[in-house]
Amino acid sequence: MIGLYLLIFLSPFILVLFCGLIGIFLEYLHKKSILKREKLLETIKTTNLKRDHSNLEIEDSCLCRGSTTVASDYLKLFFASLRTIFGGQVRSYEILLERARREAILRMKAEAAAKKADMIINVRIQTSTIGNASSNKNANPMVEVIAYGTALISSK
Amino acid sequence: MDKDIYLTNVETIPGKTIDKYLGLVQGNSIRAKHIGRDIMAGLKNLVGGELKGYTELLSDARDEATQRMIDDAKKMGANGIVNVRFATSSVMQGAAELFVYGTAVIYGETE
Repeated sequence: MIGLYLLIFLSPFILVLFCGLIGIFLEYLHKKSILKREKLLETIKTTNLKRDHSNLEIEDSCLCRGSTTVASDYLKLFFASLRTIFGGQVRSYEILLERARREAILRMKAEAAAKKADMIINVRIQTSTIGNASSNKNANPMVEVIAYGTALISSK
Repeated sequence: MDKDIYLTNVETIPGKTIDKYLGLVQGNSIRAKHIGRDIMAGLKNLVGGELKGYTELLSDARDEATQRMIDDAKKMGANGIVNVRFATSSVMQGAAELFVYGTAVIYGETE
């Protein structure tokens, strides 16, 4: 009987822990897929300079962008709030944001690749907090990352 | 999005010359998420990672903001917009403003 009560009491924690572990696994899969796609789109060079310095014969150019929205899970939130007591690097969020940023850049590159572009100049990356975390600092953060730039299509 | 207006986020148009600068054009769009999406996102918060629904929502909103900017530029008689910038800010809980701005220009072919 006590065991049953204990189970009912602990069930939200078990759920958070279980889902957090699934999240870590999905993160691992996502990282693998990012590495794979980055390899595929390696040929498209990106720079945040305003001109390209490789003397490309430009035929056409267009704006392309990619964006992604990510949220942390409750397990990460728990670890991050522990971090705010002792201070230091919040590794779990670093991974999350790096993932989001790379995904946004990849989507931008994919859009450029669809237009047969050779390089992307003047790349701008912007991160903004949306949702509850912007007003309530304790809420689960939700972050949008957008990457945009001008794709150059060469005339060869 | 219609493509008869040229967009770029550099000050010049690569491979073309700009004949006339017409001035600032802008477009915005404020989107709120609906309750269904919020519940789904709440569930997704257990696992974390990408929220596809929101990515789509914000992307659509940004398309709309861009379209408004293009309409603005067309009214001025422009055929291109240079130095386009995107900005995002959250206005209230559960709503975000997507803002796009740039300079409307008339460009011609080089040489």
